[in-house]
Amino acid sequence: MSLRQIAFYGKGGIGKSTTSQNTLAALAEMGKKILIVGCDPKADSTRLILHAKAQDTILSLAAEAGSVEDLELEDVMKVGYKDIRCVESGGPEPGVGCAGRGVITSINFLEENGAYDGVDYVSYDVLGDVVCGGFAMPIRENKAQEIYIVMSGEMMAMYAANNISKGILKYANSGGVRLGGLVCNERQTDKELELAESLAVKLGSKLVYFVPRDNIVQHAELRRMTCIEYAPDSAQSNHYRELAKRVDANAGNGTIPSPITMDELEDLLMEHGIMKAIDESQVGKSAAELNVA
Amino acid sequence: MSVAQAESIEDIKARNKELIQEVLKVYPEKTAKRRAKHLGTFEDGKPDCGVKSNIKSIPGVMTIRGCAYAGSKGVVWGPIKDMIHISHGPVGCGQYSWASRRNYYIGTTGIDTFGTMQFTSDFQEKDIVFGGDKKLAKIMDEIEVLFPLNKGITVQSECPIGLIGDDIEAVSKAKSKEYGGKTIVPVRCEGFRGVSQSLGHHIANDAVRDWVFDKQEGKPARFEQTAYDVAIIGDYNIGGDAWSSRILLEEMGLRVVAQWSGDGTIAELEATPKAKLNVLHCYRSMNYISRHMEEKYGIPWCEYNFFGPSKIEESLRKIASHFDDKIKEGAERVIAKYRPLMDAVIAKYRPRLEGKKVMLFVGGLRPRHVIGAYEDLGMEVIGTGYEFGHNDDYQRTTHYVKDGTLIYDDVTGYEFEKFVEKIQPDLVGSGIKEKYVFQKMGVPFRQMHSWDYSGPYHGYDGFAIFARDMDMAINSPVWKMAKAPWAA
Repeated sequence: MSLRQIAFYGKGGIGKSTTSQNTLAALAEMGKKILIVGCDPKADSTRLILHAKAQDTILSLAAEAGSVEDLELEDVMKVGYKDIRCVESGGPEPGVGCAGRGVITSINFLEENGAYDGVDYVSYDVLGDVVCGGFAMPIRENKAQEIYIVMSGEMMAMYAANNISKGILKYANSGGVRLGGLVCNERQTDKELELAESLAVKLGSKLVYFVPRDNIVQHAELRRMTCIEYAPDSAQSNHYRELAKRVDANAGNGTIPSPITMDELEDLLMEHGIMKAIDESQVGKSAAELNVA
Repeated sequence: MSVAQAESIEDIKARNKELIQEVLKVYPEKTAKRRAKHLGTFEDGKPDCGVKSNIKSIPGVMTIRGCAYAGSKGVVWGPIKDMIHISHGPVGCGQYSWASRRNYYIGTTGIDTFGTMQFTSDFQEKDIVFGGDKKLAKIMDEIEVLFPLNKGITVQSECPIGLIGDDIEAVSKAKSKEYGGKTIVPVRCEGFRGVSQSLGHHIANDAVRDWVFDKQEGKPARFEQTAYDVAIIGDYNIGGDAWSSRILLEEMGLRVVAQWSGDGTIAELEATPKAKLNVLHCYRSMNYISRHMEEKYGIPWCEYNFFGPSKIEESLRKIASHFDDKIKEGAERVIAKYRPLMDAVIAKYRPRLEGKKVMLFVGGLRPRHVIGAYEDLGMEVIGTGYEFGHNDDYQRTTHYVKDGTLIYDDVTGYEFEKFVEKIQPDLVGSGIKEKYVFQKMGVPFRQMHSWDYSGPYHGYDGFAIFARDMDMAINSPVWKMAKAPWAA
């Protein structure tokens, strides 16, 4: 098969890394050769596959060696569960330097050094907010073909999903990136499945899978393992396998998203009765002020 | 045939109007509308030159402007000779501006003075990604070891410093403390700030205020003060300009306690708040600190012009008016002493230059200040404009230019070429980027930023050199050998 490049985006803390690593572990079970490119300065995108937080990130090694040109691919590439290859971009500590530039540097290094040769899937795991051009790198210049947005029924997760869609739209015409679909990671909020499906429709996409919440994921995570590896026979592992199958079958089915406005997003929540219609006269008033009135 | 030979002022004004319409025609509509505001003709009696200024240049045109880093490192801070100025960021900004401003200084380079050296943090990819603060601290340590006689350090920020948010203030403070209170000045002069080098001057002035003056707060003067202490502000000693100015002030009885910043030192900057009068040559780049010293320390400031004997006389008297009779007499004595020399210079060159027409395009103070010097030689400035002037510069220009002078603010390469081609002046005075364009058009040219590697042009001594250089450019036999296509 030809190389598939995919990326997982979503609000911080939504479970991107967990969802992506479990999905990719399931794809590896299916015999796919996989490369994970962690694009988060925290460098924890491959922790469950490697059973350890990657110490040797591209950028930390480059800083030690002098420049990224001084590195060899073997220095940065680690092999984990089911021969999944893992690299972490790494980056500066919070509040210093430019992590976005780091992502650009790392991805260019990997491409130039043939890291993508002989793999079926390259998966980018990107930090929650696309705060600058650097973190949009995987969706630019014909890198990832499909973006999977991990979200939940929470307002802010949906807000982030919509924002990421804006980023995809920006590059969709110049670079050919598409929205593969939404993956809902259950938070057990009200009417979560319905909401996720409606949002997917509004965005001109689809809900690829609804991953139910199960504590077994946390048990696996404490052991620095994917659920697939820790409890291969569990129902939860089967959910991830199903998600993996759908992703695998989704080649070429991505769409150009149609992001919505903040008002439309609020309307969506109201339609599903999550949010009550707001009386505009109450906006910006504290509880005490409202009581007086 | 020169269009400049148009007879009356009205003809000239009509020609200017036509010319402006003609250059605007090539632009897209929106650009033409915006550029139109920067081009005009001076009308006698108006309070300014009728053009807009200090506005962002239009993408796609060739502007002659520089950036905020150029304004701080290249102009204001760079000439302070006993400090080390780090071009902080990738190597190019420091490398390509290295020693390009001809700010002469006295000292042993590399030992106690550093003016023509280039210090840069030479940012690499990893410095962008991980931040450059540690590297900056290391450079300061290396400077202390390698150049122990340095009297201070400035950090001249290049663009990436502002983008990645490095904390150069924290590094500067920590290192200053470590080195026993050494003056270390972080300057936020990232090139993308502002519309030209002008903001860099302002930022650099503010850095002097915040990191030099405030540190001296409440300390007594470190020199024996007199009633005649003055500081020269805004003379960058191009080709020795400040030296040929300083001697005149000294001869009239004043004592120059500081030169800002040509051939200047950090001690001179620190001494200035104790001066009795600040005399300001380049208003554009140093009016900010002059105003600050007036407000905070009560030091009056006085603009002057040392180009050409007429303006020098006027200026010497104006400066003297701030002092007692002794100085006023001194000014007269100086004027009288140099008059025979000036008469001789004019007698020699005026017959060769009489009636020659000049078009200028420079920065700072020169688009107006040099006009008097040309007029002393019988020449006429028929067009002028500022690279990065503000409206207050154009107001001051009204005292210099004649009715009907063509005015072009932040002129584009295309406009300037067209204007010169149509007007056919006898001399163009501008910068290195313009020089060869006009010489190839067969028009005599002098660089009026660097004095074309000559100078000084300030003061009486400078005028003699100025006159010789203009004659050399205009009356060079080479022009008789060049046949311009339009003259064929």
